[in-house]
Amino acid sequence: MRSAGAQLGISTVESRDDEARAGALAFQLMFLLFAVFLLSQIGTETRSATGGNFAAQPRLWPAIGVGGMLLFGLAHIAATWRSRVPGAIPEILNWVRAIEYLIWFMAYVAVVPVVGYLPSTVAFTVLLAVRQGYRTAAVLLSAAALGAAIVTVFKAGLSVRIPGGAIYEHLPGGLRSFMILNF
Amino acid sequence: MDLLASAVLVLARWDVAAALLVGSVGGVVIGAIPGVGAAVAIAILLPATFSLDPIVGLTALLGIYGSSMYGGAIPAILINTPGTAVNALTTYEGTPMTRRGEARRALSLAYSASFFGGVFSVVCLILLSPVLAWIAPQFGSREIFLAALLGIVLVVLAHRGRILAAGMLACFGIWLNTIGLEPIQYSQRYTFGQSWLAGGVDLIVVVLGLFALSQAFVLLVEPDRRSRAGAVAGSLFTGFRELLRNKRVAAASSGFGVLMGMIPGVGEFTAQFLSYTYAQRTSKKPEAFGDGSPEGLIASEAANNAVPAAAMIPLLALGIPGEALTAMMLSVFYVHNVVPGPGLFQNHMDFVVALYLALLILNVLVILFLLSSTNVLLKVIEIPTRFLGITILTLSFVGVYSLRNSAIDCAIAAGFGVFGFILKRLNLPIVPIILGMVLGGIMEAKLRTSMMRVQTPLDFIDRPIAFILFLIILAVVASHIWQSLRSRKRKDH
Repeated sequence: MRSAGAQLGISTVESRDDEARAGALAFQLMFLLFAVFLLSQIGTETRSATGGNFAAQPRLWPAIGVGGMLLFGLAHIAATWRSRVPGAIPEILNWVRAIEYLIWFMAYVAVVPVVGYLPSTVAFTVLLAVRQGYRTAAVLLSAAALGAAIVTVFKAGLSVRIPGGAIYEHLPGGLRSFMILNF
Repeated sequence: MDLLASAVLVLARWDVAAALLVGSVGGVVIGAIPGVGAAVAIAILLPATFSLDPIVGLTALLGIYGSSMYGGAIPAILINTPGTAVNALTTYEGTPMTRRGEARRALSLAYSASFFGGVFSVVCLILLSPVLAWIAPQFGSREIFLAALLGIVLVVLAHRGRILAAGMLACFGIWLNTIGLEPIQYSQRYTFGQSWLAGGVDLIVVVLGLFALSQAFVLLVEPDRRSRAGAVAGSLFTGFRELLRNKRVAAASSGFGVLMGMIPGVGEFTAQFLSYTYAQRTSKKPEAFGDGSPEGLIASEAANNAVPAAAMIPLLALGIPGEALTAMMLSVFYVHNVVPGPGLFQNHMDFVVALYLALLILNVLVILFLLSSTNVLLKVIEIPTRFLGITILTLSFVGVYSLRNSAIDCAIAAGFGVFGFILKRLNLPIVPIILGMVLGGIMEAKLRTSMMRVQTPLDFIDRPIAFILFLIILAVVASHIWQSLRSRKRKDH
């Protein structure tokens, strides 16, 4: 039977295992610490105007947001304290695994303006497919085709604003313009 | 009748027909791609429409606007990633249904509910245009503030069993929206001296991070799975039959969509949550909500597809764009020296009715396209999940980077991606963050302007609509407290 806490879930991850629940308290504490930090900075990071109505105070809505984070956060910890599960480290390691793909993504972002959208996207999809354990030629070709298709549809087709790669500058005249414009 | 005939004449052109077709089919496809969405598509296509006739450009943009949510329901149901932000609520019901092997049923229901919502709203608006244009101005700042507050209260209370977490995350969204330069005193808020934070945190960047990137991370980290699309046989028209059995929810949700769509700044989110909460509270099986409830799916899709037509009302009648997409469309009017406002209703009513007819036609085109191509679209679920993760991650780049060509936007989105990943692991809700951002901004602006006109707090609710909204908020909160106390009492016994 589903727990009340699992109602209205939005996740594909079946995370209602002990490992994930063990991370809940760690997350709540981190969130609360963040809220406390924001509250400690409210004096320097927001202004309180003299006079005028309270609704025009620049500090009002940050205070409502941070105050709510703190109050709801504390209440959340208090309400779930009894059902806490010890041993958060394995779950935190799961979170760290996601950071690997954040790094992949940011590397891709950094490479596109240099190498160009088409080469970097094809390389990104193929390398990521290899990293994911795909080895068959069919899947790797599909990954390359995926990268090329995305670039063709969005850059060549829909003219999405993505700058041409610096490397294209070394191409001969006509090809250079073609590549900058489309890929 | 003359008016209708002139409106048909406005539309009876090959270029308008082509714009409708491209807009509607393109909107479905773009909506189905997570991280792209109507806003980016419209922003990209906007300059191209400046060289077209207003009716051609606007029908193309309306096509994308009106049909993207149809398409957005597909990934929301199949891969738990809303194609557009307003399909977020659809994931609540669509994904559990897909997990149960009911993808076809969920899609069919979503299409029929969307079609019903879209057509319902257009018919309502054609019939009630003059009346609605009179009512909309009755919503002043305080009424919009109260409607937004009601939206926040409802989104928190809708997360039964996780209300505290939802409240915490909604407040986080409210705080996020305050980052940057505030528009009254021009002071910086929570920028920590960083110039890149002065412009604030872009909603699209956050949405892409929390929904698309986090989903990519989930799919890339989790073991590879490959689903078989075995349950595609059968008629997709079954959704219409099921919709008929739930006509009360469909009609009420479309009504909420029309009503909320008319209120500038409120739109799909509030319409969805009002209709979803209404459907849950009046359902015979409220416990099924969040676990693949057809009523919840109907409420979500009917409401959000009823909004686009209604959202055109404040734009056309008052010249006030209700949200980002209609704001973009406003620029098309200005480029062609067509000034939206009461004058447009008085002098160019045929143009207004033509736009509504265009919306009606696009709903028909979209449903025909979806009914004939769903089997192809369902192939999406056969893609291995890790490959899908690669796809989403690569597409997310297009969504974020094409906004401003900013690596910082990408970093922020990636950060929110990890945050969303953690929330998904812990089964904590994401939607309250987005609602906090959207409604928080509306509440701040509307409270500020409305407080300038009131002497005492009671003046705030001295107008009928404000008073009614205030009573609804009190009733919703009181009803929740009463229900909580009652269920606690039951547990004790």
